[in-house]
Amino acid sequence: MSVLVYTENWDGKFKKLSFELISYANEMAKQLGTEVIALSIGNVEDVELKSLGAYGAAKVVSVNDDKLASLENQPYAGVIAEVAAKEAAKVVLLANNNAGKAIAPRLSVKMKAGVIAGATEVPSSYDPFTVKKKVFTGKALANVVVKSDVKIVTLAQNSFGLVEDAKDAAVEAFDASVEDVKTAVKETNKVTGKVLLNDAEVVIAGGRGLKGPENFGPVEELAELLGGATACSRPVSDEDWRPHSEHVGQTGKIIAPNLYFAFGISGAIQHLGGVSSSKVIVAVNTDKDAPIFEAADYGIIGDAQKILPELIDAIKAAKAE
Amino acid sequence: MKILICLSNVPDTTTKIKLAGDNSAVEKAGVQWIINPWDELALTRALELKEASGGAITSVTVVTVGGADVEPTMRKGLAIGADDAIRIDAEPKDAYYVAAQIAEVAKDFDIVMTGIESSDYNSSAVGGMLSEFLNVPSVSSVSKMEIEGGDINVTREIDGGSEIVNVATPFVAIVQKGITKEPRIPAMRGIMMARKKPLNVVAAAEVEALTEFVSYELPAAKAACKMVDAENVSELVSLLKNEAKVL
Ligand SMILES: Cc1cc2nc3c(=O)[nH]c(=O)nc-3n(C[C@H](O)[C@H](O)[C@H](O)COP(=O)(O)OP(=O)(O)OC[C@H]3O[C@@H](n4cnc5c(N)ncnc54)[C@H](O)[C@@H]3O)c2cc1C
Repeated sequence: MSVLVYTENWDGKFKKLSFELISYANEMAKQLGTEVIALSIGNVEDVELKSLGAYGAAKVVSVNDDKLASLENQPYAGVIAEVAAKEAAKVVLLANNNAGKAIAPRLSVKMKAGVIAGATEVPSSYDPFTVKKKVFTGKALANVVVKSDVKIVTLAQNSFGLVEDAKDAAVEAFDASVEDVKTAVKETNKVTGKVLLNDAEVVIAGGRGLKGPENFGPVEELAELLGGATACSRPVSDEDWRPHSEHVGQTGKIIAPNLYFAFGISGAIQHLGGVSSSKVIVAVNTDKDAPIFEAADYGIIGDAQKILPELIDAIKAAKAE
Repeated sequence: MKILICLSNVPDTTTKIKLAGDNSAVEKAGVQWIINPWDELALTRALELKEASGGAITSVTVVTVGGADVEPTMRKGLAIGADDAIRIDAEPKDAYYVAAQIAEVAKDFDIVMTGIESSDYNSSAVGGMLSEFLNVPSVSSVSKMEIEGGDINVTREIDGGSEIVNVATPFVAIVQKGITKEPRIPAMRGIMMARKKPLNVVAAAEVEALTEFVSYELPAAKAACKMVDAENVSELVSLLKNEAKVL
């Protein structure tokens, strides 16, 4: 028996997300009296693979095959199912990100294993296997029971945190049988060197209250200052003031940073659906009755264009102390 | 070429969720039902592609797993422009159950489109499961889809960017924002025509759900927002630093 974790890598490196998944798996494994086995797919060096041991992985299975160079969910699901069988996995864990969302459902059908997408806690019970997840875009929570023998869980981002538990993880290279890829990637466009919105610990967002694309300079400056990412409300991306990739909310990206700033955002329910899992929300709005203040932890009633430069100065001053 | 759009019937996005039956269910009474926002975008894009295809795309069909109560939402899909509709007569139990049902009818289609998630249970699962049941490729997080001649290119979002993927039919496209700009709104003529379009009801297949939603909770109420004076921005910085400890 084991808890198997698919740890995605980005150009050969793991991210906080991968370590969070291992931490979560480790807590589950302890309660089940078993161990955590990580599965890495792609070209990752041994030292990096071994780093998963810091959070409790007892073993890392590494599958490297040219056919897995592009992230195609069909062969990936095949490899994960094969390793899950080999390691007698009771639980298979993935992140609830682009990759996890693409792979977990296929894996579920392949293994006839029920999946809970976006779990926010470790199971409240193992028999029956019951996990809590958000439903209705965060407006309610549901307790979901998985009835199949093997259980698949994807973990909602930033919902568990990092818990160290140093183990000397054994690395095992494994030759999986890889299905042929049926799609062809023609072109990849990636920005590098920028903090990705989904990974960012701090997110600075602007809404229609910023009046126009020309006023987003200070939003970017604040993001840079705090090592964060920029985001926006839907109308802002619909009107092409900002790129679509920055749109957060129910129909955009769902994020859970430690700190979220909303400048000139009214706080419509669809917007909140994407940001309400943030640990701390700060709102700046001219309207004291704006619904964003019901979701925020800290608020300023005022003009965002005036507050933004003042805030940048105040943070710089605090940093210099 | 035939396109199938999976429509999920969900509460309007502004709905306040209330619980019923000792927290074992979500209250359905008084809820305004709509087409899941991403499914509406998928349907709109499919219609645009059909219109531009010069007859190569022969039909756009919508399918929903649900009781008779979902028919008004399906009629809306027909009013937007779908040619016909299939209702699989069953209460949707979980994503696996729904995908298994849809797989029965999806075999006859070249392209199947689903939304990236259903705004009720947020599982992002039906599209991927369906493609595995059908044993066909799927492309997730699709933000663009172009068909030229027989050549199909879809753009999918990846971390920090996007990829253009060339794919042959049959396949499943799991779509998100960007696939089209605005969902189409039914016009009067469309609503009139929708009444006459076929809405076929088919019996459900024998399928076991793999998960069960046993109970619900409402999120804990949030503490009141701490207001900081606009003339005292440095106070906010010190609160974030010393109280919230996030700076
Ligand atoms: C199906 C559906 C899905 C949706 N999905 C999303 C989604 O994913 N994400 C999303 O964001 N929206 C979404 N929306 C739209 C949502 O309902 C709101 O319309 C949108 O969030 C409002 O954006 P906003 O707050 O930037 O603009 P507005 O609502 O126009 O609010 C602007 C705010 O700025 C304030 N303001 C004005 N001037 C200033 C100033 N100088 N300084 C400070 N504050 C100022 C105003 O008081 C106001 O509160 C969706 C809607 C629907 C129907």
